[in-house]
Amino acid sequence: MVNIPKFTIPKEEYVCKGHSACPGCGTPLALRYTLKALGKRTVLNIPAGCGGVILGVWPSYALKVPVVDNAFECTAAVADGIRAGFDVLGVEDAYVVGWAGDGGTVDIGLQALSAAVDRNANIIYIMLDNEAYMNTGIQKSGCTPIGAWTTTTPVADEKGWNTSPKKRIMEMLVANGIVYGATVNVAFPEDFIARLREAKDIKGTKFIHVLAPCTPGWRIDPKKSIEVARLATQTGIFPLYKVENGRYSLTKEIKNRKPVREYLMLQGRFRHLKEEAINQIQKIVDEEYARLLKKIKDTNE
Amino acid sequence: MVEAPKTYKDLPSTPITFFTTEDNKTGTWRTIRPVIDKEKCTRCYICWKFCPDLSIEVEKEGDYPNVDYDHCKGCGICANECPSNAITMEKEMEK
Repeated sequence: MVNIPKFTIPKEEYVCKGHSACPGCGTPLALRYTLKALGKRTVLNIPAGCGGVILGVWPSYALKVPVVDNAFECTAAVADGIRAGFDVLGVEDAYVVGWAGDGGTVDIGLQALSAAVDRNANIIYIMLDNEAYMNTGIQKSGCTPIGAWTTTTPVADEKGWNTSPKKRIMEMLVANGIVYGATVNVAFPEDFIARLREAKDIKGTKFIHVLAPCTPGWRIDPKKSIEVARLATQTGIFPLYKVENGRYSLTKEIKNRKPVREYLMLQGRFRHLKEEAINQIQKIVDEEYARLLKKIKDTNE
Repeated sequence: MVEAPKTYKDLPSTPITFFTTEDNKTGTWRTIRPVIDKEKCTRCYICWKFCPDLSIEVEKEGDYPNVDYDHCKGCGICANECPSNAITMEKEMEK
């Protein structure tokens, strides 16, 4: 019997070639997988950020679905508005997606997102996390991890780099009462698409946290971007899990977690870290991972 | 393809986009090019899955992948991810 090779993700493409992302960028991959999962009956709304720039300069445009460009702080509010318009017109088969970066979600757009969760707006909110304000030139955001270099947390001395931990956006939204939340990674496209397919028909606000590497911002070789993203999950720095009505569960089991050193040393933004600092980060990651496992245990009893 | 506007009078009254970015030949950004060795290729389509520029093309299931050199930016993810090392990155100038 001849074994015919198969596609593991849908073949349809809704992103055009020639978009203006940097070589090796994770954002167009995240867009590709999102639209493969949701199909062409989707409306995106994108605030300021790389997401708005990659799609091209007017009059050309890189997506085959409509996009609404909105102000930085109101992604979730605009998405809810589009949904309300659709409800009045009787459009039920279209998905409304709010697509913001990490700065546009955890810093600037947090109030609109919180309000949308409060109203339980029927939207999918996707946070594309590249761990800083990459579009404006690598400034620190609420999602920048401990130890990272950015242009606003320069490595001048021992205390120069970023010392504040990443905001726990998923926990904030779970406390807010979100119906569905999940973390996905561009290095695991099958899992990415499975999570979105699971989320799309749930009624209420769905939150998807995407990790997408940024080659200039993370100071990595473009060819290593998927490798680095995969290591983020394999080391336990970015575990893949979902939360359904407050119940946590892992979506990607990691048997033997790799040491965080492998992930950190591939990236120029962590190159200044000394042995002691790496051990400290390892300890923080271990604690966070244990906390997650405990939450999974506690919420499933 | 739609004609690009020449003067302000050709601009539409609302800023709505009307053609795709496929005319941008982003292949000119490239300094290294991926070359697929079809003897080593197992058609797992991992390169197609991870191409951020959609430049690895597969017609249908069972076909070998091809590279669209007009749009490939030469990031090298395909060569790095290929499990059977069937893709090599070659310098542009040597060709």
